[in-house]
Amino acid sequence: MRYKEDCRILSQEEIGKDIFSMWLQTDRIASEARPGQFLSVYTRDASKLLPRPISICDADPEKGCLRLVYRVTGPSSGTRQFSGYHKGICLPVLGPLGNGYPMDVAKGKRLLLLGGGIGIPPLLYTARSLGKNGDVTTVLGYRDKPFMDQEFLPFGKVFCASENGDTAIRGNVLDAVRTEGLSADVIFACGPKPMLRAVKSYAAEKNILCYLSLEERMACGIGACLGCVVRSTEKDEHSQVNNKRVCKDGPVFLSDEVEL
Amino acid sequence: MKNMKVSIAGVELKNPVMTASGTFGSGEEFSAFLDLSRLGAVVTKGVAATPWPGNPTPRVAETASGMLNAIGLQNPGIDTFIKRDIPFLKQFDTRIIVNVCGKTAAEYCQVVERLSECPVDLLEINVSCPNVKHGGIAFGQDPVQLQRITQEVKKAARQPVIMKLSPNVTDITEMAKAAEAGGADAVSLINTLTGMKIDIYRRTFALANRTGGLSGPCIKPVAVRMVYQAVRAVNIPVIGMGGIACAEDALEFLMAGASAVSVGTANFHDPAATVKILEGLERFMEEQQVERITDLIRVVE
Ligand SMILES: Cc1cc2nc3c(=O)[nH]c(=O)nc-3n(C[C@H](O)[C@H](O)[C@H](O)COP(=O)(O)OP(=O)(O)OC[C@H]3O[C@@H](n4cnc5c(N)ncnc54)[C@H](O)[C@@H]3O)c2cc1C
Ligand SMILES: Cc1cc2nc3c(=O)[nH]c(=O)nc-3n(C[C@H](O)[C@H](O)[C@H](O)COP(=O)(O)O)c2cc1C
Ligand code: FES
Repeated sequence: MRYKEDCRILSQEEIGKDIFSMWLQTDRIASEARPGQFLSVYTRDASKLLPRPISICDADPEKGCLRLVYRVTGPSSGTRQFSGYHKGICLPVLGPLGNGYPMDVAKGKRLLLLGGGIGIPPLLYTARSLGKNGDVTTVLGYRDKPFMDQEFLPFGKVFCASENGDTAIRGNVLDAVRTEGLSADVIFACGPKPMLRAVKSYAAEKNILCYLSLEERMACGIGACLGCVVRSTEKDEHSQVNNKRVCKDGPVFLSDEVEL
Repeated sequence: MKNMKVSIAGVELKNPVMTASGTFGSGEEFSAFLDLSRLGAVVTKGVAATPWPGNPTPRVAETASGMLNAIGLQNPGIDTFIKRDIPFLKQFDTRIIVNVCGKTAAEYCQVVERLSECPVDLLEINVSCPNVKHGGIAFGQDPVQLQRITQEVKKAARQPVIMKLSPNVTDITEMAKAAEAGGADAVSLINTLTGMKIDIYRRTFALANRTGGLSGPCIKPVAVRMVYQAVRAVNIPVIGMGGIACAEDALEFLMAGASAVSVGTANFHDPAATVKILEGLERFMEEQQVERITDLIRVVE
């Protein structure tokens, strides 16, 4: 099920330059949320019409708490407004939305989590959810300073790459995978489109099962408006054309399923 | 209980609140957030004779108090629609209005003929979508073409026909009269206003299609004015829409003379917007001691 809830903000802190981490108290969303799913987040004063899709970064289903990590993209953006909401204030959200990562596929397999920039947050709950069933290696790519990298340490080996060389490895996520000679049975990736394109062709080259979490501009967020489509290799059952909805059929797709 | 009933071309609606085509799919996705049986009618996304892939992305962009869209009328085609969407909607106690699009008069008629055997209450003909290069735009912007396509569709249709007018014209009354002269049973307006947004950091258009249709609260004053003018130009019912986000907005349209209203972009901000607007209308009638919603229609002259 999906729910529209007014969620109380439990905490809000800046964890990197323009990167904010927020915990929310939910009624039902956190207990039903799966890794890789997202929320539609609305501004409180309705000054922004459309919801912002933000991934579920972490959740505590028992307590009903859920964490979002988001980047403030500009001075008059909706995310700038989110960053100004203090603890105790209620935030309107809709979720959990989308399909999420296929956790069954990763069980008992060597899983490589590849995250680029603001695509990193959803991988945390993914790593945590695998728990003891997991054999996880995480590679995180940054433009400059790392964030959240320490939080992945409990779940396996973590490698950080950065374009500006603030980290051990200079370059991007795939540079790190290659220089460290990492291999895997399954890849889950989230990040900017150029990174996902490179990951897709890397996975094809190495014959690794690969799932990508995509981004697209959204309006409804629930599959009704057809605003957020991605070209699919096969005719889609719902649309009857080669288009899938990122918000409903995704955001996670098998890499061979979509054209980027 | 207030009397919320309205009637359009002989079809009675339990209340005047409907969905705007293209913003509500065929209702399935929204049924998790509201009981579709509470709506006066569900107006479905435009459907064509064959599946259409629509435009490249980005297809949507936010603007001040509104949004631009260039979906490009992606739709699964009439076969799938009849098999899947109509049976879904039949589970609910609401009127079904099917929005139809086409690239030629023959295509419109093909869809309308297929629908004649279906349990559909009304047809809404989209002659105004500004998105598709070879789409309905020619019909919706030329009164001669509009009258002709209305006549053709009327010949093929079993259900009453609503012609959905484009606001991208100099004189909306001329278009409303052309639809009436062609035999339309009602008109609905407004569709989106053609607009453009430029992404200054990417130094290109925000939408892959370059232009898109503007909708949402920013278009409401234009829409209210056009509904007011159309109501006074023709003797068929007018359905009003454009930027309705609350009951007060809906009341403006009703008072301008609309027989019913459609809620579009507001569904993206709140999936339960339609029901909240309905409840707001009932509250207003309670406060103002109005017994029938029809007593509020066309109260301004
Ligand atoms: C499934 C999914 C999950 C995401 N998860 C996260 C996350 O966990 N953390 C995070 O920081 N960001 C995430 N994003 C990106 C995030 O949605 C955008 O950065 C955000 O919408 C920008 O809004 P704004 O108010 O800052 O910008 P504005 O410029 O005010 O936005 C204007 C409009 O464009 C849309 N928009 C702008 N950029 C994007 C984008 N990259 N993707 C989709 N819509 C966009 C906005 O939603 C809004 O409708 C995710 C996107 C998707 C599709
Ligand atoms: C995403 C989107 C898709 C639309 N698709 C259609 C369509 O398929 N057929 C149609 O006649 N109008 C379509 N419209 C226009 C709406 O039905 C409505 O006329 C317009 O958006 C104004 O109302 P609003 O401001 O309440 O959204 C669409 C509008 C939007 C925003
Ligand atoms: S945002 Fe409407 S279908 Fe995905």
